[in-house]
Amino acid sequence: MSTLAVHDHGVAHHEEGHEHHHKDTFLTKYIFSQDHKMIAKQFLITGITMAFIAMILSVLFRIQLAYPDRAFPLLETLLGRFAPEGRLDPEFYLSLVTIHGTIMVFFVLTAGLSGTFSNLLIPLQVGARDMASPFMNMLSYWFFFTACVIMLSSFFIQKGPAGPGWTIYPPLSALPTAMKGSGMGMTLWLISMVCFIASSLMGGINYVSTVLNMRTKGMDLWKMPLTIWAFFLTAILGVLSFPVLVAGVVLLIFDRSFGTSFYLSDIVVQGQVMPFEGGSPILFQHLFWFLGHPEVYIVIMPAMGISSEVMSVNSRKPIFGYHAMVYSLIGITVLSFIVWGHHMFVTGMNPFLGGVFMITTLIIAVPSAVKTFNWLATIWRGNIRFTPAMLFAIGMVSFFISGGLTGIFLGNAALDINLHDTYFVVAHFHLVMGSAAIFGMLAGVYHWFPKMFGRMMDDKLGYLHFWLTFIGAYLVFFPMHFMGLDGVPRRYYQFTEFVSMQRWLSVNMFITWAAIISALAQVAFLYNFIHSMFWGKKTVQNPWQANTLEWTAPIEHFHGNWHGEIPSVYRWPYDYSKPGAEEDYIMQTTPLSQTMSSNVPHDFEDNPAGLEELSKWTNTQKANEEVK
Amino acid sequence: MGFNKVITSKKMLSLFAVLMLTGTNLLMAQGTATAAAEKPGVDWLSVSYYILLFVLACIAIAVIGKILKVYDLSQKIQGKAGINWNNLMAIICIVFLIAGAVGTYWSFSVQGKMLLPDAASVHGVKIDSMFWTTTVITFIVFVVTQILLFTFLFVYKHSSKRRAYFLPHNNTIEKVWTIIPAIVLTVLVIFGFFTWQEVTNSADAKGQPASINVDITGKQFQWDLRYPGPDGLLGKKNYKLVGGANKMGIDYTDKNSMDDLAADTLVIPVNKSVRLNIFALDVIHSVYMPHFRVQLNAVPGLPTYFKFTPTLTTQEMRNKLDDPKFEYLVYCNKICGASHYNMQKIVRVVSEAEYTQWLAKQQPLLTPALRTELKLAEVKNNNISTNRLALNN
Repeated sequence: MSTLAVHDHGVAHHEEGHEHHHKDTFLTKYIFSQDHKMIAKQFLITGITMAFIAMILSVLFRIQLAYPDRAFPLLETLLGRFAPEGRLDPEFYLSLVTIHGTIMVFFVLTAGLSGTFSNLLIPLQVGARDMASPFMNMLSYWFFFTACVIMLSSFFIQKGPAGPGWTIYPPLSALPTAMKGSGMGMTLWLISMVCFIASSLMGGINYVSTVLNMRTKGMDLWKMPLTIWAFFLTAILGVLSFPVLVAGVVLLIFDRSFGTSFYLSDIVVQGQVMPFEGGSPILFQHLFWFLGHPEVYIVIMPAMGISSEVMSVNSRKPIFGYHAMVYSLIGITVLSFIVWGHHMFVTGMNPFLGGVFMITTLIIAVPSAVKTFNWLATIWRGNIRFTPAMLFAIGMVSFFISGGLTGIFLGNAALDINLHDTYFVVAHFHLVMGSAAIFGMLAGVYHWFPKMFGRMMDDKLGYLHFWLTFIGAYLVFFPMHFMGLDGVPRRYYQFTEFVSMQRWLSVNMFITWAAIISALAQVAFLYNFIHSMFWGKKTVQNPWQANTLEWTAPIEHFHGNWHGEIPSVYRWPYDYSKPGAEEDYIMQTTPLSQTMSSNVPHDFEDNPAGLEELSKWTNTQKANEEVK
Repeated sequence: MGFNKVITSKKMLSLFAVLMLTGTNLLMAQGTATAAAEKPGVDWLSVSYYILLFVLACIAIAVIGKILKVYDLSQKIQGKAGINWNNLMAIICIVFLIAGAVGTYWSFSVQGKMLLPDAASVHGVKIDSMFWTTTVITFIVFVVTQILLFTFLFVYKHSSKRRAYFLPHNNTIEKVWTIIPAIVLTVLVIFGFFTWQEVTNSADAKGQPASINVDITGKQFQWDLRYPGPDGLLGKKNYKLVGGANKMGIDYTDKNSMDDLAADTLVIPVNKSVRLNIFALDVIHSVYMPHFRVQLNAVPGLPTYFKFTPTLTTQEMRNKLDDPKFEYLVYCNKICGASHYNMQKIVRVVSEAEYTQWLAKQQPLLTPALRTELKLAEVKNNNISTNRLALNN
């Protein structure tokens, strides 16, 4: 029923689209665009810009960690009062850490990743002319843009940006007298985050409704590519968890600005007794991590979806265990709501609760393990083409394994006692969610660049970019595990005050140089991206010989995606290297009736008539052969 | 006319602006030059050197890229196959695997030796054994999966002669690799759950000798300690009483408070159960004593407790590590402000005899100065409470 309705809608929209097409001005085409493809590009370019900013911030604090005793007058020239005498101010160091984390987690890996690829691929892969609500989609981008501007503007105020870590635990974030970074910078952080969440929600609602209501004819849920499944479940996760963060943030704003005591009690700051009573700092942690944990899956699930798709296309092999892949995504989605407490094992939360959260946390490792094994099985006996996208997808899997396994340590409450907030944690999440997710995103950029810009990126530069970044990321994060196991805490301005930590200085120097080199490697990407956008080789219709619907849409962009009727879908998206088929891929739009030689009984599971056809056809084939 | 046009044109205006700007820049530069004489200025020479280095690297890469392209083309013109990038990537994958294995081995053998020594507490030993079990299991999975990943990449690299094996699913093997991780994780969960329950039980059981209670209070950026006096009991505290010499807000209307002792170092007797009562005054801190596998946040408004039994004295640990300067430490492990990176206190584990000796030497928190101050404070206190009442009304 729904497909019928969608079909009608599509036609109506299409005519409308044509009208628009003639009236497009620069403003409506590039700035206040309501076309999902343009909005995707806006998200991508803003995301990349933010990623570069956050990366530069990380290089700055890495320099501090490697050379705690050395002055760099250049820093003073660049940063002014934030680096007096050429050395970073300790409070500014904390601000750098905070803003690096915030930008990377929210602005790059949530908005930059989901925003880009959900917008680009959902309509194109399910066969819709645009999002369910293009106007809301546009608002979503502009709220995101506003959030970015507000966040960055905090670098230009007297006391500098927010500094209490990206988790902004009160009371530190609630008491402007406790640190500089809890002043005006914190206020801007909170405002920015409210805008960001509004953006995320508008995006998420759009993604969910588009996937549910606007699929083309024949595209039932079990024919959707894994990318769409991932984006769909990610959006659900976001829609359900982000409002909780808004609640948490708004209450914090109340505590900061209107004298309430939701999170504050029994506080004496610098000898001054504060009037707050009856609140609980732990309450904020609950609210924060109720979003915060699903957030890490919001970050990684799109990367998983993209990698699954890219690996299947480039291995020329169906994704192994499509159903298991979907069910494990669903499992992760559901479980991610009941594991938030593993961030709070040692915060003073009731220890019994800690035990319960430990159980749920370790259960979530099962669907993650299933996904990993399925990826391995996908490349097994494949026919692997190493496009840059494929390499990044592989990198994603490698990081996901390395970082995921250390999660088993941290998810275990008893082990977490000694590992909590050490560099072991830093290593863990930078591998499993930072590097893995960014690699998923880069795989997506390389893979769908032709779809976005109608041109190809340069492969060789892509290879260079991949290997430098891949090796660099391992060199940066692998040694950090050992630092954590020696009890070196994160968010320390320098390690010179502790005799036991001084011996890690050489390792810190090594990490910093690895970080600088991998940061410079990103120049290869930036050059490749911008150069290919304007002067890259023109793409062909289906450059990767992929099955999914987006490659049937014309290369040239226009609002509405397809001329004429939207193509119908007849099969699942992973018919690669099917025995008996002419080519090693069969597009979703190819009816089963055209591929009699490659059909298998499994294709007709819910279709007895089709099965009968197949057996008739096989019988005649057999009969023919016997005659011969 | 033409001349006129030139004078009024925007070009002249912008030229003027440029001149002005360069002029001010020159002046500014002179200003900074004089400032530079006082303190070390930016070493622009080395800055430009590094930039030049990077530009050179970029040019080198561009040149290599061009050479490869030309080589590729010339090969193709001669009818030979050009560089097979696909095979090259597959080879790099296997090289990466080998280099990665060597690197991991090196890392484990060099940095793996820099880890914390074995736990110096009773519960820490259990945590350690669980840690090593988990390490062995995860390390095996890590090695096997990474080897499979990169070997598959190498072995199944593209060839136009064959097709990939069409294998959409296999329910048996999927069940196997769902159930095996589930079983392994269940074992770890059960193991971990009971250890956790045991470790976090901070109350003294009946019949057990009572633990030594020590208060540790975190504030920006130091730890304050309070030991019970001869009565073995710690008195009440109230944050509203913080002020003047009463840094911890001890309530001296409680008799138990009178003999409570101040201390600079967290001295604890070996093989005795110690219960830390953890408080924070301003923001969240975290009591972190990695050698004892102890960590718990100090939360304002929410007292927390950690009970542990140290098993090695400082001296024994010094001998074991062959480091005469070794000290156990407690340090802050939750971001708490500018000096978060230096909020430490020495912990010294001693024999019981030494402990009693040391405790006898400690001064009470209720100093004569505080005594006189307190008389005043009591009056002040009343004022405060009436004020508050008025406010509440």
